[in-house]
Amino acid sequence: MELNDLYRRVIMDHYKNPRNRGELTQDSVTIALNNPTCGDRISLQLQLEGDVITDARFTGEGCSISMSSASMMTEAVKGRSYAEALDLAERFSSLMQGQDVEFEELEDIEALSGVNKFPARIKCATLAWNALKKGIEPQQSK
Amino acid sequence: MNINAIREQFPILHQEINGHPLVYLDSAASSQKPRSVIDAVRNYYELDHANVHRGVHSLGSRATDAYEGAREKVAAFINAPAPEQIVFTRGTTTALNLVASSYARAVCREGDEIVITQMEHHSNLIPWQQVAKATGATLKFIPLQPDGTISLADAEATITPQTKVVSITYVSNVLGCVNPIKQLAEIAHRNGAIIVVDGAQSTPHMKVDVQELDVDFYAFSGHKMCGPTGIGALYGRRSLLEAMEPIEYGGEMIDFVELYDSTWKDIPYRFEGGTPIIAGAVGLGAAIEFLEQIGMDTIDEHAKHLTKYAYDVLSNIDGLTIYGPKQDRVGLVTFNIDDVHPHDVATVLDTKGIAIRAGHHCCQPLMRWLNVSATARASFYIYNTTDEIDQLADALIQTKEFFGYGIE
Repeated sequence: MELNDLYRRVIMDHYKNPRNRGELTQDSVTIALNNPTCGDRISLQLQLEGDVITDARFTGEGCSISMSSASMMTEAVKGRSYAEALDLAERFSSLMQGQDVEFEELEDIEALSGVNKFPARIKCATLAWNALKKGIEPQQSK
Repeated sequence: MNINAIREQFPILHQEINGHPLVYLDSAASSQKPRSVIDAVRNYYELDHANVHRGVHSLGSRATDAYEGAREKVAAFINAPAPEQIVFTRGTTTALNLVASSYARAVCREGDEIVITQMEHHSNLIPWQQVAKATGATLKFIPLQPDGTISLADAEATITPQTKVVSITYVSNVLGCVNPIKQLAEIAHRNGAIIVVDGAQSTPHMKVDVQELDVDFYAFSGHKMCGPTGIGALYGRRSLLEAMEPIEYGGEMIDFVELYDSTWKDIPYRFEGGTPIIAGAVGLGAAIEFLEQIGMDTIDEHAKHLTKYAYDVLSNIDGLTIYGPKQDRVGLVTFNIDDVHPHDVATVLDTKGIAIRAGHHCCQPLMRWLNVSATARASFYIYNTTDEIDQLADALIQTKEFFGYGIE
């Protein structure tokens, strides 16, 4: 196991300089999720118009993997339709299972591929994406 | 004590993890098992297994003798007056829940108080929250000093004649501090309350004498003291156990069963419904024999020596914060490194073969009191060495450097 496979420079950059950290002031959907086994927690806010995520912010506490993943996820889903966002979440899930997944222009996310070699840390990486799914899925059925 | 001879008896320690010799520093979560315990469990299954307290056949007698023999060993180990005052449970959690669900729910009324502390493990907090909700009793907390310990003056102020139950850990699984159980028992009894002790972290390291401590209930787990998982024990004062109702009903625990009513066996069987954890009890008995061969005084000394050594070595690392008191610590050091999350610390250490715990240690309210979301914890047992603690310190310094500069 090589540490540099896990802690790639782009991950540490998102951890130390998180994108979209903070709270939305306008009406938004808030999803709070935690990982009871380790104490990581995230509060994700999504601004939704039509079937598009127009803005996303997060607050929370956790390790470099969970917080960098939240930073990347919020960047990735802004401006995307619900279907596109859920497709990204699905592809991220495959990435965590060790499958070869392309994220096209969202190459930052691929940096998290090393997490699948550290099984205990996969739940850290998926926390923010699970919050996203929890926020979007009820909207789709509306 | 010959540490190499002790290490030889733990098969699991002799392996490489991620290309490095295993350094196991997570015994406060669960200790490793010596060959004698593994053999005792295997021999039981290979030679003596049948259900207990039932059959008239020879194997049934051997299994019953093995199970009840283990109860006698547990009773002697903590100096309980009689084996029937030992109830076998799944572990500390089940034991504490038994006291809360049976004893406390029957005794507590609105206006009564249950006194605990903010350093308790969830298993010595949530059962009492539930009793308070069900009975209308008030849950009160002995406040913590700045170093996380409690003072007897605060205990005196918190425990009142309205207090029915005081429940407290002997050794904190986060702070490592040893609580003054004997004095707390005196305060509780003077106020007409009983005292329950969570012995999960103390029993592996210290000579425990429930009569000398004068406690009413004492709970502990086998798996943290070289025994198997799934077995633990509750010691109880005879008069209290005899007045308690069972909370699980079924086979093994009954006296007479009629269509609309039944009666219970005597203690401890009325609390052991269903086929018990026979092999676990046999393994726990073997673990007690193993520990007593080394000597609890020797084990106590070794734990204190390693803990002090670790405290001193780790406190020399810049940017590392240790939680809990400096003095009188048993078995563990809980810490954080500035700007590095404990999960990341644990992952880096794991790549070097070093196993530590990271997280909230089932103590979320204590984490909030410490104003952290999680911590790292290194914990020690009879097979650990100062050399392993030096390896831990080196790895922590490398972790700091890695997160400071080394990212590619």
